[in-house]
Amino acid sequence: MRKKLLATFIALALMLVGVSGAFAQTLTVGLKGEPTSLDPHFHNVHANNMQAIWLFDKLIRQDSRQKLEPGLAVSWKPVSDTVWEFKLREGVTFHDGTPFTAEDVKFTIERIPNVPNSPSSFASMVSAVTKIEIVDPLTIRFHTDAPAPLLPRNFAAFNIVSKKNAEGASTADFNSGKAAIGTGPYKLVEWKRGDSLTFARNENYWGEKQPWDTVVVKPISNDGTRVAALKAGDVDLIDFVPPADVKHLETDAKLRLVKCPSTRLIYLHLDSNRDETPMVTDNAGNVIKNPMKDVRVRKAISKAINREAIVARIMEGLAVPAAQMVPEGYEGTSTTLKPEAFDPKGAKALLAEAGYPEGFKITIHGPNDRYVNDADITQAVAQMLSKVGIKTEVNTMPKSVYFSRASALEFSLMLMGWATDTGEQSNCIGSLLHTYDEEKGFGASNRGRYSNPEVDKLLEEALVTVDPAKHNALIIKATEIGLNDVGIVPIHYQVNVWGMKKGLNYNGRTDSYTLTREISVVK
Amino acid sequence: MLAFLIRRISQSAVVLLVMSVLVFVGVFYIGNPIDILIAPDATPAEYARAVKELGLDKPLWEQYFVFLKGALQGDFGKSFVYNEPALQVILARLPATLELAFTAMFMAVLVGIPLGMVAGIQSDNWIGRNIMRFSILGFSLPTFWVGLMLIILFSVQLNWLPSGGRGETVDILGFPVSFLSWEGFSHLILPAMNLALFKMSLAIRLSRAGVQENLQMDYVKFARAKGLSNTRIIGLHVMKNIMIPVVTVLGMELGNLIAFAVVTETIFAWPGMGKLVIDSIGVLDRPIIVAYLLITVTMFIIINLVVDILYSILDPRVRLGQER
Repeated sequence: MRKKLLATFIALALMLVGVSGAFAQTLTVGLKGEPTSLDPHFHNVHANNMQAIWLFDKLIRQDSRQKLEPGLAVSWKPVSDTVWEFKLREGVTFHDGTPFTAEDVKFTIERIPNVPNSPSSFASMVSAVTKIEIVDPLTIRFHTDAPAPLLPRNFAAFNIVSKKNAEGASTADFNSGKAAIGTGPYKLVEWKRGDSLTFARNENYWGEKQPWDTVVVKPISNDGTRVAALKAGDVDLIDFVPPADVKHLETDAKLRLVKCPSTRLIYLHLDSNRDETPMVTDNAGNVIKNPMKDVRVRKAISKAINREAIVARIMEGLAVPAAQMVPEGYEGTSTTLKPEAFDPKGAKALLAEAGYPEGFKITIHGPNDRYVNDADITQAVAQMLSKVGIKTEVNTMPKSVYFSRASALEFSLMLMGWATDTGEQSNCIGSLLHTYDEEKGFGASNRGRYSNPEVDKLLEEALVTVDPAKHNALIIKATEIGLNDVGIVPIHYQVNVWGMKKGLNYNGRTDSYTLTREISVVK
Repeated sequence: MLAFLIRRISQSAVVLLVMSVLVFVGVFYIGNPIDILIAPDATPAEYARAVKELGLDKPLWEQYFVFLKGALQGDFGKSFVYNEPALQVILARLPATLELAFTAMFMAVLVGIPLGMVAGIQSDNWIGRNIMRFSILGFSLPTFWVGLMLIILFSVQLNWLPSGGRGETVDILGFPVSFLSWEGFSHLILPAMNLALFKMSLAIRLSRAGVQENLQMDYVKFARAKGLSNTRIIGLHVMKNIMIPVVTVLGMELGNLIAFAVVTETIFAWPGMGKLVIDSIGVLDRPIIVAYLLITVTMFIIINLVVDILYSILDPRVRLGQER
């Protein structure tokens, strides 16, 4: 008996040693998304942008809460209203040993608007730059026509490629690894499409020492399969744990869950500009004047929504009620805006005041495969609106159909999501609240065509105000005016959940990225 | 025979052409891919630029003719999201799907036919009845559910087999395959089992029916009268006779396995064509969807043609040239 115990003990000890030994060697992560390309400038989309940070570096990094911090640039400052000067990091080399210089930065910025067939490029991040001046190999100046206060924020969006390897390279050359040579913490070993990406540590990385020799990324798009892979021990860490699985994973002694609020806002867009809107009728089915042009009706809709109930029951606690477009505490966010309180009586009163004591009929649209529990949230909102007298029908559809119909302005009330990549609020105002304006480049995602000249003016002024304090003050004012006017109805921010083996630590990021440089072993 | 071939091939060309129009128009009307592909904070100018880059600014008929011209030269256009030729992207995934489909078929035949024969011989006792019960389950349980159950049982609970992915591959003639290493093979077992279940049930039913029918035949009675052993009668004579329908039906089903392994591939994160096409539908990657469907149609046309020709060879009473 004693021998048996001893043997078991030794076996267990060996297993533990084996496990922790393996931890220091290889990390396997199961991620929901697979990059469509390793060309960091080809497709501006979550999975690509995240994977690019493993291989490449940005001039300016964002920390896990989207604050800017030095990356390949050690410092940046405006030398005049229209010139930004960046000091570059010394002693950085690309994976192939070539030193990193200002030439690479210039090359990158010139490449970005010219990537062939790009379905979504980073062109707008560099469009302000009219001239690039290389002062010395480690100093570079960017000239702009108008003051460009957001230039550093925008420069924190794209990665720097090497001139030597990327010149003349196609997107396919990046995918094969030939041109995917960056300054990042990991080198690409192999990409087996649809199956795995393998990375090896860059021993000459300028930044923090990476804890893993090898990292294997397995793209597992099916939620159930991803969770099973973690439970079975096939992967060490997964992202986007579905809310429904959180409870039972929390009871698993071998696993650890980490929750982190994200910048992903779920909100309602309402058609507030046209005189007639396609999905609204009176209770008898006759066409009426668009009620949502009236701010009281918009306010009533916002008051009718019980955000706490949606968070608690539909999102299983994995959401935070929202009051503006970027969570409080970020740059340029208002401190006075609070999530609209659930107030059905107030909503009914407002509707009566606006001349709709009996309400009206409306159809709410939403996607059913885009955001966490999107169809359920749409359904719940419809019930809440019906309770205050707005008879609401629900229509949800796959995202492939939904977004083009929404862009074609076929809907009157719709559920949407928004996640800021820049970590501040001006791009949300520009896309969601500013009057749709093709020339000036605003309002592309303003599918309710909300329009408020005051908001427009404040935003446009902010976009040419370089002084950060003044810039932020203008942005905050624009936000407060736009949201008090209910340009959109914010519902909640999603909370992301990562699942991992006991013994690993990852704090999560508000931009939902999974970055190995922040995954550590618990000692 | 030659006249038959020419007629069949020209018929097939018409079918393909009609299919290409249907698929193209259908995919066009689902929605505009730019709305899904583009970053939401893109400016309207950038939106317009992306539309132009992908050739979506042209009217439908013009887009179709650009596509048709390319397709006739074997170019199905470039994938919107991969920026690589659609055909190349799909063919890169083909070996994984073929490996999965053939393994599944192999399992179905290897297990299904013997079980079916046993069920045919022992049709009135518990063995036969249980085999039939199993085949009913195999027919009626939904694939995605069985897949998840397999993962929960063999990966999560027992920890015997990996839950998904393809694992290590070995190249044969330039094509990566999994079954040559244990690590790779272990990844293949569960998805192949999942995919094989339905075909296995089919094989059981076909061979059971065949055995029962043949056992009544005169040649079996004659063989018995001659004093041949039961093993020899069933293992040789009956076996031969039931194989013709079983092989025909399963051959036709192979096409289905290759084309519609979608559910299994998605659940087991198997990097094959099915998973690719699901991902592509999600982002409306039109060139991939169109090319995939046309490849599938072509495959079925070829399989049907081969089956018809084989028939005429196996059974001289079928004369291909004199079809109506």
